Amino acid sequence: MAEEIIIDREGLDQLIHVLREMGFQVAGPTVRDEAIVYESIRSINDLPEGWTDEQKGGYYRLKKRSDKALFGYVVGPHSWKKFLHPPERRLWQAKQDGNDFEIIPEELATPKFAFLGVRSCELHAIAIQDKVFLDDTYVNTDYKIRRENAFFIAVQCGQSAGTCFCVSMKTGPKAESGFDLAMTEILNDDGHYFVVEVGSEQGRKLMEKIPHRQAHSKEVEQANHIVNETGIQMERVLDTTDLKELLYKNLEHPQWDDIANRCLSCANCTMVCPTCFCSTVEDVTDITGEHAERWQKWDSCFTMDFSHLHGGEVRSSTKSKYRQWLTHKLASWQDQFGSSGCVGCGRCITWCPVAIDLTEEIPKICDSTTQNTSTPVKNEAPNEIP
Amino acid sequence: MTPVPHTIKKIIRETHDTFTLDLTPKDGSEPISFLPGQFNMLYAFGVGEIPISISGPAPGTRGMLHTIREVGTVTQALHKLKKGATVGLRGPFGSSWPIETSKGSDIVILAGGIGLAPLRPAIYNLLEQRDQFGNIALLYGTREPKDLLFTKEFEKWRGKLGVQTKITVDKAGSDWRGNVGVVTTSIPRVSFDPPHTIVMICGPEIMMRYSVIEMKRLGVSEDRIYITMERNMKCAVGFCGHCQFGPSFICKDGPVFRYDRIKHFFGIREI
Repeated sequence: MAEEIIIDREGLDQLIHVLREMGFQVAGPTVRDEAIVYESIRSINDLPEGWTDEQKGGYYRLKKRSDKALFGYVVGPHSWKKFLHPPERRLWQAKQDGNDFEIIPEELATPKFAFLGVRSCELHAIAIQDKVFLDDTYVNTDYKIRRENAFFIAVQCGQSAGTCFCVSMKTGPKAESGFDLAMTEILNDDGHYFVVEVGSEQGRKLMEKIPHRQAHSKEVEQANHIVNETGIQMERVLDTTDLKELLYKNLEHPQWDDIANRCLSCANCTMVCPTCFCSTVEDVTDITGEHAERWQKWDSCFTMDFSHLHGGEVRSSTKSKYRQWLTHKLASWQDQFGSSGCVGCGRCITWCPVAIDLTEEIPKICDSTTQNTSTPVKNEAPNEIP
Repeated sequence: MTPVPHTIKKIIRETHDTFTLDLTPKDGSEPISFLPGQFNMLYAFGVGEIPISISGPAPGTRGMLHTIREVGTVTQALHKLKKGATVGLRGPFGSSWPIETSKGSDIVILAGGIGLAPLRPAIYNLLEQRDQFGNIALLYGTREPKDLLFTKEFEKWRGKLGVQTKITVDKAGSDWRGNVGVVTTSIPRVSFDPPHTIVMICGPEIMMRYSVIEMKRLGVSEDRIYITMERNMKCAVGFCGHCQFGPSFICKDGPVFRYDRIKHFFGIREI
């Protein structure tokens, strides 16, 4: 469905209103606490007009732009997973009656989200979480409902952040599929408008309700040029050749200890990661002790409790926790779900308080010239078990 | 994935810290069917949920047994429950012991401590079709004599069913007349033909590690050795991420693993 059309700022505003009238909760970027986050928006006035971000290892700052761009920044600390896989969710309740109790299942919420401003790396992140929650042995029904109801409006990146490396991960910068609409924002002497690529039948029907005109080939070319330039601009790279095998081979590499000396085990990288899916459950009771609830909450492999097993933690050292996170993301994820768990969005680099940068660490971990002191299979020389 | 209320039909005191709950669905329906080695998630009201292996024979025979060692808050809460009380149950989950594919082979079972519980359904299953297997050996070890589980059944297995059973403890007082030593010391005392043997091991990781080394040394190939892994577990359906062991999720890829498929990760500290 390669038909490109043009809408202007008012058209975009109308798009938001039409979606809201159709019963969608429109979520998009907005400025809060000096960062661009994803929240419910009501009109284009909620979008971060004239803002951009500067990002590098452990550094994120908003800055004013010289123009009135609405999408002139990259990704912030939030990702869409907070809508599809909520940070906390009640799973069920139970009511006690003497020795007995009954379970009260939770009625599944059926929110209809329209996501505005989804970047290519984020579409890939959602596709990756789909494999975890929908395409495996079991299906996460809550995620399934949220996912199937969602409408996706992608925005093609007009610039890359200092921490982006989607080109290396083959997840961007151009959104190629997985969207209902994909927009490229153009600001020039001709004005401020969006080249919209229609990606689904639902997207096409929606655009019929919005004032638009067919795009000229020159405008489409310009849109393509913008996103191509973004890819060229990207400085950070990660060589993924044989990465899984290299990481598996280097599970005892001394570089893990070096990272552990800097890592604070703060779990920031897992919280901002758009693919990290781990969760825990909390069982709570009210003051009478007769009413119990079970809540699911985002969890992180960096917490102590994560690997708790009768009496101790399997992974108590920072080294082992960081190794679990990184090897899961870039190696074992491939065995589990058939793709990398990393989309190159760079959030874990930006939001790491001590600026640990996986694109710098991985080449060191995989470098066989710095010595790998022990072989991974240590069955012949057992140590005490954790 | 909400727990299904089950009634405690019977509580069996096994040892000083271990007990067995016999559970049946509260609504009177048939108990779930399961394969030997699979586990259920048991929920104690208001306290929490834990994975517990099914330790009894197939449903319809003697109910659904869960043998539990009191080690944490949930197991303590389960222990406080009386006959007739309700617990939540989800399951069964996970992989199972290779019974069908082991036909015609000798079988060596190595169990350490509470590790005998998930192996017991496999033992029942093997013995129901005793003539389908060659030599069967059951080697069991615990820390002390007071930790030994299901000892009364050992007599029956040994006698009528021709199972070679060896029990050993790590340490014992002067009143103990049996063997002292780690479970691997019993291996030379039973007969089996290593190239045609299937080995099933469940116990602490250190015990499994030495058992694997010994079995390999005797000539059992890695693809004929099965071990069970244990990790923290919240959801049991592959969503929570807690039970990851290298590329495996213990809840759905395990808990029973063929050794050659996980050997690269088995034994790495803090993996």
